[in-house]
Amino acid sequence: MTIPATTSLPVTLAEAMEFAWTEADLLDHAIYDEWLAQWTADALYIVPIEPGTTDFENSLNYAYDDHGMRKKRVERLLNGQSISASPVALTVRSLSRFRLLQADEASCELRCAQIVTEYRRGRERTYTGDVTYRLVRGPTGLQIARKVVWLINSTEALGGIGYIL
Amino acid sequence: MTSLAELSTNPDDLIRKDRVRTPLYTDPAIFDAEMTKIFRNTWVWVAHVSEIANNGDFKMAQVGLEPVIVVRDRKGKVHVHLNRCRHRGATLCEVRKGKTSSLVCPYHGWGYSLDGKLRGVPYENGYDETTLDRNELSLKSLRVEEYNGLIFATFRDDIEPLADFLGPAKKWIDLFMKQGGGFPVKVLGEHKFRFPGNWKIQLENTTDAYHFPLVHKSFLTAVDKETEQQLDMLNNGGFVEDLGNGHSVMVMIPELIDLDDNLEAPIPEKFADLAKELVAEGYSDTEVRRIVRAAGGSGFNINLFPNLACSMAFFRVLQPVSVNETEIRHIAIGMDGGPAAANRARIRLHEFFQGPMGFGSPDDAEVWDRVQHGAQGGDEMWIMLNRGFPKEENLPDGRARSDVSAETGMRAAYDQWKRMMTV
Ligand code: FES
Ligand SMILES: [Fe+2]
Repeated sequence: MTIPATTSLPVTLAEAMEFAWTEADLLDHAIYDEWLAQWTADALYIVPIEPGTTDFENSLNYAYDDHGMRKKRVERLLNGQSISASPVALTVRSLSRFRLLQADEASCELRCAQIVTEYRRGRERTYTGDVTYRLVRGPTGLQIARKVVWLINSTEALGGIGYIL
Repeated sequence: MTSLAELSTNPDDLIRKDRVRTPLYTDPAIFDAEMTKIFRNTWVWVAHVSEIANNGDFKMAQVGLEPVIVVRDRKGKVHVHLNRCRHRGATLCEVRKGKTSSLVCPYHGWGYSLDGKLRGVPYENGYDETTLDRNELSLKSLRVEEYNGLIFATFRDDIEPLADFLGPAKKWIDLFMKQGGGFPVKVLGEHKFRFPGNWKIQLENTTDAYHFPLVHKSFLTAVDKETEQQLDMLNNGGFVEDLGNGHSVMVMIPELIDLDDNLEAPIPEKFADLAKELVAEGYSDTEVRRIVRAAGGSGFNINLFPNLACSMAFFRVLQPVSVNETEIRHIAIGMDGGPAAANRARIRLHEFFQGPMGFGSPDDAEVWDRVQHGAQGGDEMWIMLNRGFPKEENLPDGRARSDVSAETGMRAAYDQWKRMMTV
């Protein structure tokens, strides 16, 4: 990423999109160190259950990860101890329909559609949802302050998801 | 397949005390018979009271494959109605949960009060008393009974009361509910997931401590040292006990049987922050100790035949879908009116292990999937349930007890299965 660290211009759709696509690419290609570095120290990665939830902290989610939990999740995908992640699912995610909901010099709110296709042990499954990002400008470029994955079927019975959505 | 025929002529060809044969997971005829002979003939768990706390609250549920509505009427009485209109049989409700004052069918508008009585029929002059007797067209209601917040329903009017069915399990349910930490237990949400396998694979798992260190290795790696030691369940002196009628209890952490005991013990490191938060909120030292001790859940699983487990810190409900498909719900529970910090701690613990993205459940789902996949080969092979059988001791009232890794709980469940399936 070559986004200037100090700029007085608001974050643009192009910048935000490029950032989100990079994140998708890192996850699909299991480049987890770089992925972990994309987040601010106090960022949260959330996969909620109830549509429209606002109080994630006091609600039951599928995932509510701070930095420590994200690291553990990565560790689980790599250490070969988890039978549901050995072999780990291959994923391809497609992000589109991007829209900036808000933007200023320091941050932006990005929303997009995400379709993740998973392949593992002869089975292919798809998870579709909206993703909302809160991105902030850090010293080296954009960083994720919060990412929420809103699965369209979050209140249904899902399959085991042994990877990061 | 001749398996179901074998079951009625010579059940021992299919199921014995210490082993069962593969068609129990794969034969659609056996599955159909289970839905009738088991799920239509016993007490089936449908809800926790907190899910329908107020008058007018309802939730959808199932008894076997049959859709039902669990609803609290205007007077506070709980009903379980078949979710099926008496006109042409459409489901009345397709909303998972909510609040309502009546049940109106979307097809032709027949309206029912919450106690199930048919109240309104649009354009009623198309009928006269000989063709439409309202009193005969109430919703079909099941018999409902409750024990310590657990609501069960049955199609049978003539089976034993719920309390008798639960028997020795009642004591354990009372102990389990102590994780309210002095507050009533309340449902906080649920994780639902599916696996492509037979429901009995899941039933077995709730009383299978043997798999824990291996299948949940990646979870044990991710927790703190203290928790890891506590979850070293095969070396903690736990036990499994047959509770009768297919029920069993598996004690994995004996020091967490009674959460009112040992309140003076030091507060575990992982709950230090929670304790601080509670002190800051003004809770007394005793309250703090009680809440913190309850926050981590109980040290045992109760398996209630056929569909509910009260499992350490949550309810685990299994829902058969077809012979090789099962839905599982992990229902998170917390303290009703209790400190938000304690409920948050419980929610985070639940998210850590349970559900489709937890550090535990996907690994469980994977091995259950493999059991079903393996069942596609070798129909004649036995599935072994004999672990801990020779060393089983008999309690004074004749019930069996063995070490924590024994398959005593599975044997108890299959005993009941056999009793119900071979009548
Ligand atoms: S099916 Fe319900 S009113 Fe006709
Ligand atoms: Fe397990």
